Amino acid sequence: MYLTTDEERILEGEEGETLRKAMEILVALGDIYGADCLIPIKSAQIAGVSYKTIGDAGLEWISDLKGHVKVPSVLNPAGMDMIRWNEMGISRDFAKKQKQIVEAYGRLGINTMCTCTPYYLKGFSVGYGDHLAWSESSAVSYANSVIGARTNREGGPSALSAALVGKTANYGYHLDEKRIPNIGIRVECNLKGADYGALGYVAGKISGNMVPIFSLTSNPTNDELKSLGAAMAASGAVALYHVENVTPEARKMKYDFPEEVVVIERADIEEVYATVGGSDGNSECDVAAAGCPHCSPKELESIAQMIKGKTVDKEFWVFTSREVATKYPDLVETIEKSGAKVLCDTCMIVSPAANNFHHMAVNSGKAYSYIPGMCRINSTLCDLEHCIKKVVSDDN
Amino acid sequence: MIIKGRKISRGIAEGKVLLSKDPISFLGNVDPESGKIIDPNHMLYGKSISGKVLVFPYGKGSTVGSYVIYQLSKNKVAPAAMINLDSEPIVAVGAIISEIPLVDRLEKNPYSLLKDEDIIKVNGNLGLIEIEDK
Repeated sequence: MYLTTDEERILEGEEGETLRKAMEILVALGDIYGADCLIPIKSAQIAGVSYKTIGDAGLEWISDLKGHVKVPSVLNPAGMDMIRWNEMGISRDFAKKQKQIVEAYGRLGINTMCTCTPYYLKGFSVGYGDHLAWSESSAVSYANSVIGARTNREGGPSALSAALVGKTANYGYHLDEKRIPNIGIRVECNLKGADYGALGYVAGKISGNMVPIFSLTSNPTNDELKSLGAAMAASGAVALYHVENVTPEARKMKYDFPEEVVVIERADIEEVYATVGGSDGNSECDVAAAGCPHCSPKELESIAQMIKGKTVDKEFWVFTSREVATKYPDLVETIEKSGAKVLCDTCMIVSPAANNFHHMAVNSGKAYSYIPGMCRINSTLCDLEHCIKKVVSDDN
Repeated sequence: MIIKGRKISRGIAEGKVLLSKDPISFLGNVDPESGKIIDPNHMLYGKSISGKVLVFPYGKGSTVGSYVIYQLSKNKVAPAAMINLDSEPIVAVGAIISEIPLVDRLEKNPYSLLKDEDIIKVNGNLGLIEIEDK
């Protein structure tokens, strides 16, 4: 890989040990993937935040680093709401370790907002063609597909290295030729809301790590595209997809529909709704959750409208970023009046809170896919209205 | 004898060879406290990788494996050096943050060239290994 004189100097350790290692990581990954050079990035989003996933091993590494990020950088969700962790049934020990992790990242100049939807945050606006180093799989998919920016799915240490250096290696989805669709998915029914999560769950399994292009009969909103991409990155490893006449790159590049075409029908979508994820198919839902990925202001508004005046008698969690929750206190208040909780900085998958339950109803294909493995409980996918019905008492 | 390969992580170290034909998932396969392989289904089950020149095809499993390599090194039970057929990001990143020399893609097949307990030197700065001539 070609390095500039400046990059060589960093690699030789002239700007300190942390930057030297960061550069060594970028160069090693670049060599492994055949990159020709490093390219500047606009922002970074760093995975490896939840104590549940990185443990003491990760905490030790992050705590030992010294330096300051060169581009706006933000964190992936943590294992708990950083303020209301106690209400989530999180242990004091877990909370202590989780705070140490987030503080260690903060010392490196990283915005300690923990979210899988950095594209809603101030200072993280992303445009068509921008190069990024993002980690969280749904954020990567949204940036690449819905916005038309360019990022690989970075691991925690590589995203952090890119943030510290301000560059990433030029390979994979940074290159034009890797963004051309190579599998066509034709959907022959109209879709709405959670249908897109179900579609993503099915399409992800078919696509693996390919680049699908969809032909749809309905016109999805950005929130619905978010749900589609998140599910495909969970059931498969899809980091970029296109939708004919909808997503910006498909509109601009007018890609040919690939020869390999898969057709998805209503029955495929219904099968996902009807299948309980996990081992105990007969158990009843005892908790419901929305906000995987973190709710947009519009999604918060829909939940508020639907739950207004109702009372929940089971746990109902709504996950969003702290910035969005702070910006819309009225919506949060309306939702919480029902007894539901609006939680920030975390989600049902990366926090250990779900361990205390048996069966979660979700409106997200991604959560549906991950919950049995990550939380060891059952999951059911249904639309938002039915999620709420499952936790609201019968008399209202 | 010098066998050339590709440099992935810098540093120079010497140690006894430990060959694994199985890939390694550092999260789950290895105990970060003792450096022993704790997965009964792994061909190195019960063996210690501490101080060895660990030869394995490539890493697999969770990306947290990179941090486990770091933990092994903090606990002073990490391999002295590693050789892969083809390095992937989990092991590459783990080796770099832990300052463990790592080379891959040797010009000769390490499994026919090396046997357990051979003493060899891994040079991650130049991307080669040195075997003492007998």
